[in-house]
Amino acid sequence: MSIALEHVNYVYSPGTAYEKQALKDVSFEIEQGQFVGIIGHTGSGKSTLIQHLNGLVKATSGRILYEGQNIYDEGYDMRKLRSQVGLVFQYPEYQLFEADVLSDVCFGPKNQGLSPEECEARAKEALEMVGFPEKYYRQSPFELSGGQKRRAAIAGILAMRPKVLVLDEPTAGLDPKGRDEILDQVEYLHKETGMTVILVSHSMEDIARYVERIIVMNHGEKMLDGSPREVFSHYKELEKVGLAAPQVTYVMHDLKRRGFDVLPDATTIEEAADEIMKSFEKTRSSK
Amino acid sequence: MIHAKELVYEYDKRDEEGNVIGTNRAIDGVDIDVPQGSFVAVLGHNGSGKSTLAKHMNAILVPTGGTMWVDGRDTRDPDELWNVRQTAGMVFQNPDNQIIGTVVEEDVGFGPENLGVPTDEIWKRVEDSLRAVGMIEYRKSSPNKLSGGQKQRVAIAGVIAMEPKCIVLDEPTAMLDPNGRKEVIRAVEKLRKEKNVTVILITHYMEEVIDADQVFVMDDGHIVMHGTPREIFSRVDELKTYRMDVPQVTMLAEELRKRGLDLPKGILRREELVEALCRLR
Amino acid sequence: MIRDITIGQYYPAQSRIHRLDPRVKIVCTLLFLVSLFIQNSLLGYVVATVFLGCVIRLSKVPLKFIVKGLKPVVILLLFTVVMNLFLTRGGNTLVHFWIFTITESGLRTSVLMAVRLIYLVMGSSIMTFTTSPNGLTDGMESLLHPLNRLNVPVHEVAMMMSIALRFIPILLEETDKIMKAQMARGADFESGNIIQRAKAMIPILVPLFVSAFRRANDLAMAMESRCYHGGEGRTKMKPLKYKAGDIRAYIFTVLYVVMMFAVGRFVPFRLWIF
Repeated sequence: MSIALEHVNYVYSPGTAYEKQALKDVSFEIEQGQFVGIIGHTGSGKSTLIQHLNGLVKATSGRILYEGQNIYDEGYDMRKLRSQVGLVFQYPEYQLFEADVLSDVCFGPKNQGLSPEECEARAKEALEMVGFPEKYYRQSPFELSGGQKRRAAIAGILAMRPKVLVLDEPTAGLDPKGRDEILDQVEYLHKETGMTVILVSHSMEDIARYVERIIVMNHGEKMLDGSPREVFSHYKELEKVGLAAPQVTYVMHDLKRRGFDVLPDATTIEEAADEIMKSFEKTRSSK
Repeated sequence: MIHAKELVYEYDKRDEEGNVIGTNRAIDGVDIDVPQGSFVAVLGHNGSGKSTLAKHMNAILVPTGGTMWVDGRDTRDPDELWNVRQTAGMVFQNPDNQIIGTVVEEDVGFGPENLGVPTDEIWKRVEDSLRAVGMIEYRKSSPNKLSGGQKQRVAIAGVIAMEPKCIVLDEPTAMLDPNGRKEVIRAVEKLRKEKNVTVILITHYMEEVIDADQVFVMDDGHIVMHGTPREIFSRVDELKTYRMDVPQVTMLAEELRKRGLDLPKGILRREELVEALCRLR
Repeated sequence: MIRDITIGQYYPAQSRIHRLDPRVKIVCTLLFLVSLFIQNSLLGYVVATVFLGCVIRLSKVPLKFIVKGLKPVVILLLFTVVMNLFLTRGGNTLVHFWIFTITESGLRTSVLMAVRLIYLVMGSSIMTFTTSPNGLTDGMESLLHPLNRLNVPVHEVAMMMSIALRFIPILLEETDKIMKAQMARGADFESGNIIQRAKAMIPILVPLFVSAFRRANDLAMAMESRCYHGGEGRTKMKPLKYKAGDIRAYIFTVLYVVMMFAVGRFVPFRLWIF
């Protein structure tokens, strides 16, 4: 029960002036139930990478195993894969098209060949999962606020009951509260359903707060892979490739340099506050 | 420079057939005064009315109640329309949807062309503006080949080339990645110092407003908070009720205060927090 | 894929052709197109090839790029060739099987027609590759200026064209993205009969239209905020002025057309059936 990439390479428009290797020998395995963050600056290959996971883009070479089976095998059911590995694109609200929200969310299940009743049941379940208010079910998706549109679009993927949820910048363009609401909802989903979640984000603070593992992409290659603490301890390397650690990590490093007795690898506010308080208590008791 | 008094903007709410079923107030009694040369930030969640306010500064929208003056000109006066728009240039959120030219320099020249500036002068302005935002080496490029941050800098150059006294930036960084955001903010910063233009920045990224002279927070069409960044950021809980948050450093300081450390309120920068903690030891 | 379409795109480079006045390029392209139709001899095509070759060389646009521009017209090309090949009668029969007959004049017409079409597309794409869309519309505007007196909104039409050209790549990319997003929701665009396939387009077309409207709205606002108010009282950043090179280009092209005409008429050069 996992997704594994083995030596995946991907070359854009081979044989033309625009030829570009977007992925270079990428390998990793994501176990069912993990919450993984993917970071990398624009053009690092992370968007291309996630489009491989559900077969939208086919690797130039290498294998992708979903639940142990190579998705490039002859006769492999791609559409089933796409319903199991749900991919939410950036600004997903731009894909809404139906006259009302409920029918739009039914689009996925309908493509899976389910009966209209079953489709609707799943759509309602999915809308509930993302905390979409019931009173808007019959409203046109184009009249909703930005945050609600985003929820409806994510529900459109969840209605297929995927086992893996891949989100590309799910909070882009939302205000801080909207951002927290969406991410909290995703975290809740992850805990409740045991779904694998892969989150692509530019915000190191968000990534540090939610995920248990980070994969860093740079120029099409996997640069780092580990827990937030491990990955952000390489903050100097991250800076070289146009990334950064969360602000608090920098604060901790500064404190350490100024002689504080702290472990500098905190990545969230809580961890940092705990660590700072501990160091203050130590100095107090030694006095 | 920009002065609003009891500004109100209402629009009709319509049902599916297009019949008017009521009115919405996007802006409800806003007073704002921006002195020449200052840097003012307007914060607010999506739908708080901040973008509607911005559009009033450029006479894209005109108030339905109260008055908006731009450099002493009433924006409702049709004779002053082009003067208002030239005085207060505007940069929008979506970088793709505001670039008209298919070559960078031609886009920057678009504004001056509309103003009827003589050809030689247009070239001079285009060059100056592209230099000011650090995009001169891309003058012959197609905008489609640029990154989001670069496109926004071109858009800013396009506004600068009209020689406005004031630039209104309506969420210029909302669609950019962190590096693009930094590029744009740095470009704005530089302009402010070199050209002494008034800057009005509409945003919901707190990190971008730290250097502002004044910050306004909007909610539901009203100005609900007003002060220096330090004053605003010392009211963390209040900001949260308006769907805003504060920089992580400010948050950490707040958390430490709650746990009993005697830190000053409204810490904005990493160095400040580190200094304050060192003093406590 | 969609992004491979190069027709109508500008290829930035520093070349003599790029520097020419857009009016020259438009007029000369038209002359070139006409020249392809005023004669039909092998030698004429040799002359045209040399001319086109020179222009491509001078333009510094890679040949590969220009050839790629032919992709969208391949179907049309094949259709014309096949139709001409089998339906034109005259001269000796070269091949005959079942109901198909290929005659000498069929072969001749289809080959020459194919070359003519290819040159047509290549010639016009050279123009779009070397002229920025703004230059192109400026040129059109200036050439069509006399129509203004007949109340034709020349400036507005030119502006519309220029905007269309700017948004072609953006909308193509967007189409690609929406297609992928719907495929991620299990949409299937490849199977089914015509009606089913047409229906499958709705999830692409609706979002595309919505987005086009949104962009139109944004762009109009951005233009207004930069004081756009039609063509009146507008100055030009790049006003069109003929330079020595432009005159030379005109003369060169006119000489070429005369040559084509003369060669097609008076030089009885034949090679086999051509």
